[in-house]
Amino acid sequence: MSSHLAAVPLWAAIVISVLVAVGSGLTLLGAVGLVRLSSFYDRIHAPTLGTSWGTAGIMLGSALMFTLTGDRLVIHELVVGGLMMITTPVTLMILGRAALSRDGGARPSRAGKPAPLQPEPAADTVDEPPVQAG
Amino acid sequence: MSETILTVVLGLSQLCLIAAMLLAAMRLLRGPRAQDRVLSLDALYVCGMLLLVVTGMRVGSAYLFEGALVIGAFGFVSTVALSKFLLRGEVIE
Repeated sequence: MSSHLAAVPLWAAIVISVLVAVGSGLTLLGAVGLVRLSSFYDRIHAPTLGTSWGTAGIMLGSALMFTLTGDRLVIHELVVGGLMMITTPVTLMILGRAALSRDGGARPSRAGKPAPLQPEPAADTVDEPPVQAG
Repeated sequence: MSETILTVVLGLSQLCLIAAMLLAAMRLLRGPRAQDRVLSLDALYVCGMLLLVVTGMRVGSAYLFEGALVIGAFGFVSTVALSKFLLRGEVIE
């Protein structure tokens, strides 16, 4: 078969295999959580498994493999890893705030205790974006 | 020996990522409200990006990585735009 995989030494093959297996397994676990958890505010935590150590494991394994097969240091995978780690909290905070305002704007009260969340509306009837005020 | 290990593990990893993409697509089709669909679209493109990187490792090509970079950048922009649309009702005010 392909010859570039045979050029990887055995210790590096084991390390790369562990990194890639952990990364893809965590991504799959996050997707299972995305399907199985019950409310949106639970589900928003699940895919971050894939964007934190899922991405980091696969990118580290890829960087190690292309460094060992290509005679030079290859670290441009770390760019994508860093991009994921920076952009995911920003994205999910905006999405969480959007969901919170669509659920009726339940904000933490001044006493420090979070206000009780509204129960989720069942149907898709409220799917229009809110009307722009003013 | 290392070729066998890497072939098996990278193949299994591709299968795991495809299963993750299918689960995210299931939530995308079923999700009761719009924010669930946006969240599952986000998870879907992250899984697709990782699948592209693992495929590039398996075939030994460095060019698939650039596709992964583009998916990562545009996925961020699209998710932020969709979230802003849900929050405000329009994207650019």
